[in-house]
Amino acid sequence: MYHDLIISGFGGQGILAVGRLLAHTAMLEEKYVTFLPSYGPIMRGGTANCTVVVSSKPIGSPIVRNPQSAIFMNAPSVVSFEERVKTEGLILYNSDLVDKADSKRTDVDKIFIPANTLAEEAGSGRVANMVLMGAFIEITQVVGMKSAVKCLKEVVSEKHIDLFQADQAALIKGSEFARCHTPARK
Amino acid sequence: MSGAEAMAEAAIRAGCRFYFGYPITPQSELAEYLARELPKRGGVFLQAESEIAAINMVFGASVTGARAMTSSSSPGISLKQEAISYMAGCELPGVIVNVCRGGPGLGNIAPSEADYFQAVKGGGHGDYRNIVLAPSSVQEAADLSYLAFDISEKYRNPVMILCSAVIAQMVEPVEFMSPRRPEEVEKPWALTGAKGREPRVIKSLRLSEQELEEHNRHLQEKYATVKAKEVRYETRYLEDAELVIVAFGTSARIVSTAVETAREKGYKVGLLRPITLFPFPTHVIRKLAERVKKFMVFELSAGQMVEDVEIAAAGKAAVNFYGRMGGSVPSPEEDFEKIVDCYRG
Repeated sequence: MYHDLIISGFGGQGILAVGRLLAHTAMLEEKYVTFLPSYGPIMRGGTANCTVVVSSKPIGSPIVRNPQSAIFMNAPSVVSFEERVKTEGLILYNSDLVDKADSKRTDVDKIFIPANTLAEEAGSGRVANMVLMGAFIEITQVVGMKSAVKCLKEVVSEKHIDLFQADQAALIKGSEFARCHTPARK
Repeated sequence: MSGAEAMAEAAIRAGCRFYFGYPITPQSELAEYLARELPKRGGVFLQAESEIAAINMVFGASVTGARAMTSSSSPGISLKQEAISYMAGCELPGVIVNVCRGGPGLGNIAPSEADYFQAVKGGGHGDYRNIVLAPSSVQEAADLSYLAFDISEKYRNPVMILCSAVIAQMVEPVEFMSPRRPEEVEKPWALTGAKGREPRVIKSLRLSEQELEEHNRHLQEKYATVKAKEVRYETRYLEDAELVIVAFGTSARIVSTAVETAREKGYKVGLLRPITLFPFPTHVIRKLAERVKKFMVFELSAGQMVEDVEIAAAGKAAVNFYGRMGGSVPSPEEDFEKIVDCYRG
């Protein structure tokens, strides 16, 4: 088993947090994993991205040019990374912030998820990242949803502990959405 | 845990009780971790007024026999060179972490390994060598941080850990060795107060005739011992390799994926990854040069380690090179193409 993923969006959307969640969950499941964040002056409003590689074997490069999967939480991410996703790969879009018309690829599986809307329903607009991660896990089964939920407690920082319930609900909402909507090439 | 945090935690477990530093991206997480953890665990964290002050504080702590550390990134490491030369001259241990950034000058904060020359060939003035360790995973960053304190003390010589921001910023699972007290080794040189014994002197100024040459001879003998005993490296698929890739740190990590791809496609490609950059695995390359056709060196620089590979190969095998500079990083696919070109060429 080998899977690599790029997650991209605005700083403040929890890009790195949700990447860490996936990495931590993979570690909990005793898989090999690397998590490489973009670093430096990232803050609310800037751009943030990270690369996560999960494998059953030791991982070579933590740097991935053409990922199998991508999660785009905002429109600039589509411009930066969409063309780099592997043919027949998978892209999850936050359709609350990404216009479907901006997506150019026709050779990958795509799923448009109203992540901010679902996050509001889960308790806070700030947990849209978890909605998308829930859907990613549901579609790819790279890690188990149960262990991801279990891991959440360890990964959520003290600063954001008030969002814990919403985080959990959002993960589940995302996975439910993915169960009802199959990614397609359109 | 990130590589920067792993090096910091391993340092505490290795008995480091003094950290002096000055913030600079992309290594500030190391200092942040120690700012939080070291005071809780019986140590001193001090943010100095400059990089120069920080390394001189390491000098000061080391003089008393304590395990001390500093860390910085390329331009900050340049500032520390004078004191590192003094430490080598005074035969003082101390661990210096350099998380390289793109250069020269202030450069950028992207991953680079272009400080090889500076780390391995001296950096400061005079005939001295740093022992240089180059981790290529978070686990190895932790293990080498631990090792750095031991060999630094063993040889009474500065040890530098050289890595790019990829190793420092990347998060991977890591297992730590259990913490231990700083070894109660005799340090008959340490300045601990001369009560009841003859005073000791630590100095690098040696003015009388031939005194300094004699001291230099002693240092060179020590470096010869280090070369004989401390070479570390990892190899993959060397048995039947026709082309051997040589790379360290982040370059090695990226190219290892390309080597795996090459093997899957039937190319007889092997990998030699120096873990110690000084001492360099010269003898390994020299021996390989007798039977392999070609070497290819991958670096995040314009080509620095490649010179040491050329010296080791001594003209017996061709030495090729591919490097990216200024913080740009190749993809495994790009490295693979270069391997195939070299293999066929």
